[in-house]
Formats: sequence, structure tokens, C-alpha cells
Amino acid sequence: MNSETKLRVLIAKPGLDGHDRGVKVVARGYREAGFEVIYTGLHQTPEQIVNAAIQEDVDLVGLSCLSGAHTYLFTEVVKQLREKGADDITVVGGGIIPEEDIPKLKQAGIKAIFLPGTPLDEIIKWTIENVKPVDRLSPSGK
Amino acid sequence: MSMEITGKILEGNVRAAARLMRGIEDGAPNAVEGLKSIYPHTGRAYIVGVTGAPGVGKSTLVDTLITAFRQENMTVGVVAIDPTSPFTGGAILGDRIRMQKHSADQGVFIRSLAARGWTGGLSKAAISMIHVMDAMSKDIIFVETVGTGQAEIDVTQVADTSIVILTPGMGDAIQMMKAGILEAADIFVINKADRDGANNLKMELQVMLEMKANLPSGWRPGIVLTEAIYDKGTGELVEEIFRHRQFLISSGGLEARRKQRAKLELIEAIESSIKNYIDAGVDKDYLEKLIDDLVQRKTNPHSAALQIINQSIKRVKPLLHNYI
Repeated sequence: MNSETKLRVLIAKPGLDGHDRGVKVVARGYREAGFEVIYTGLHQTPEQIVNAAIQEDVDLVGLSCLSGAHTYLFTEVVKQLREKGADDITVVGGGIIPEEDIPKLKQAGIKAIFLPGTPLDEIIKWTIENVKPVDRLSPSGK
Repeated sequence: MSMEITGKILEGNVRAAARLMRGIEDGAPNAVEGLKSIYPHTGRAYIVGVTGAPGVGKSTLVDTLITAFRQENMTVGVVAIDPTSPFTGGAILGDRIRMQKHSADQGVFIRSLAARGWTGGLSKAAISMIHVMDAMSKDIIFVETVGTGQAEIDVTQVADTSIVILTPGMGDAIQMMKAGILEAADIFVINKADRDGANNLKMELQVMLEMKANLPSGWRPGIVLTEAIYDKGTGELVEEIFRHRQFLISSGGLEARRKQRAKLELIEAIESSIKNYIDAGVDKDYLEKLIDDLVQRKTNPHSAALQIINQSIKRVKPLLHNYI
């Protein structure tokens, strides 16, 4: 069979936050870079996001939060992925996030935080450099 | 690929199933092994195809159907296909947005799929995805196509019951008469039925169905009016699905459809195996030479193709089992 691995990305808006303009721009950016983007829409619980990420077997989960609840919501997604043995899925975040929260979030396992004004190219470049699809069917793949 | 993953899939393990699906989609060589080993455990699920133009409400309707069949204590799988950009190869898969409330339900498995250049409303991998969900013991599997127009009827080749969704205001009776997609329907849904023209559309459809003097299968498609976002008409649609299933079972149509499907799958497997093994066996220089010969009209495409096939067969015969 001919192999044509494409990176799959899940883009989600956790919590009570209706602002999705930014996250749609990011989703478009990923699409234009040749990624397959699953967009799950607004008002998602961490459990819904984690289940969707596992069902869709994505390489990356991108979370957007503009409501101020990022610390709880982002870390909860990482925690639940870990609990379900899916901690090989990279989690990144973006939105209105105070600088002083970033170290905390990174320590919790969020691999990158993209603040407002980050050029799309930078997000795509970071993703290509840091997210590699695993050989999912080999014994080392979970 | 380990047999362990097969066991997990049969137990309904979501992670294992999702992994195999991804492998299938990406064309990972060991995914074929996985498909081979689950195949004996498939063929039990009932498969419902949902198709229609972009924006008619396919995802929303599937969402209401998931709820309805969960209430019947049936487990549900959904394969939802969206288009791939022909320019970048990327895709935005947004069918889940309408179905996300089922994400926390362990009895529901939703998988989004990009068409990846496949025309006809499906994706090449769609049927394999259905097999994996079937092996996970999902009772009913919905296949939601790319928004389709007039002739994308591939879904009928994988579904037991095909639902075509229409909405009022999308063209007159002539549009319907020329659209092959309508011949594909086992059930018609007129969604957004609160809009003007829903009853007219129903009448036009009825007239068109009357004109089809003899229905080859003996089945006359029902027409169900729905307002999916308000969950109106869902009960009637579920009844219609059960009625069609009952008809297929008692008329022998189900067996015939599944036989036809098995045949198609076999032929597709033959074609892709041959393609793969020709790809693996063709010597690049030899190919270049043949192309030059073609340009200079020293040979023709048909003879050149035969030459390549004959040569490839000799070359890769010992490796054949790797490609099937």
C-alpha cells in the first residue's frame, strides 16, 4: 500500500467562551498547510475533547480559551489524556493568557502557548518541527 | 501488526480501533493485516448512508438519529466524510460540531474522514472504517457523505439503507428528474420542512416516484418531513429505517445488497493490489524509456502498459503476498 501520512489536528474551544474567530483562523491555517483539521465547535468539556481526540486519533490537540479559565481547562485535558493512555497526543493552547501562567501550563504538560498576534506561520512551523506521527500499529505505539 | 490490537478492537477498545483506522487511512502496510484479522467478525452491523447537498442538514439529522437509536439501546458508529482541499491537501472536518454532545457517550463512536481526492461522496477508506466499527460490535453505523450534488451515489454501494436529504427551494422537478442521486434513495427526507415549499417538494417527489412505473426492487421510498434542529420527524424517520430493513430482510434484498458489496470490495482489492505491485515493480529508467518512446510515437500507451505489467509480474511475483 502507498503510505500517505497526514497530520491530524483537533481544534477545540473548552468551557464557556463564545469567541471562535481566532481559532477558526488557526484551523484555516492548518488546512492550508495541508493538515486535516477536526473542529469540534464551542462549549466543549475536557471529557468531550479528550474522547474526540482519541476517537479521531489525532497527533495534536489545539485548545483556545479567551475566558480566563485556561489553567483548569487546559491542564484537565492533558490529565484526562494521560489517564486514558493517550499522552503521546501533543497539546497546545492559545488565547488571552497572562504571561505568568505560561510556565505553570508548560509544567502541566501543555507543550506550547501561542498568544494573540502570533503569526500563523510560526504556529505551523512549530507544529511541523515538534509533532511527528507515530507508527501507530507498531508494538511501541500504544 | 500484533494480533493484540485485533483482540482489543473486538472488545470495543476505542484507542485500538482508532489506531487501526488511522493506519488504514494512511495506507500503512501493516493495517492490511489488521483488516484481514477483523474481517471474519464483520457483517453484523446495519449500515445507513446519509447523503444530500451541502447545508441540507446531514450532520444535524445524524445527530438526532444517534439520540434516537441510543434510546433503542443500540450502539452507534458514525463515519462522517468532508472534502479535502484539492489545492493544499488539507481539510476541515466539521461534522462533529453537530454531534459533539455524544462525545461523552461510550456507546457512540464518531470518526471524521477527509475524502482525500476520492470523488463520489465517500473516501477510499470509508468501507474499511465501517468494518472496524462493525468489528467493535456497533449495532448501527451511519455513513455521512461529503455534500453531494447530482451523481455522487457511492454511498449506496456501502449502505443497507440510503437516505437522501433534500430541502425546499433547491430547484424544480426537472432538477430532480435528472439527478441520479434520487434514484439511489431508499428513504427521502425533506429537512427544514418549516420552510416554504416543503409540501410542494413532497408532491413533486411523489409524482416522480409514481412515474417510475416498475420499481425494480418492489420498494417504494417513503418521504419523511423533518426539522432536524428541533428534533421533529425523527421518530417517523427511525420507523421508516426499520420498515426498510424489514423489507430488505423479507424480500432477500439485504442478502443481494451485501453480496453486491462483497463483490465490489473484492474487485477493488484486486485493482489496488495490482496497482501497488506494479508501482513497486516498475524500474524507473525503464519507465522513462517507455515514456520517451511514447512521445516519439515508437509505441502506444496500450502496448506499453501491457509491457510494464508483464515485466512487473515477473519481477515482484516472489513478493506478491506482501501487497495483498
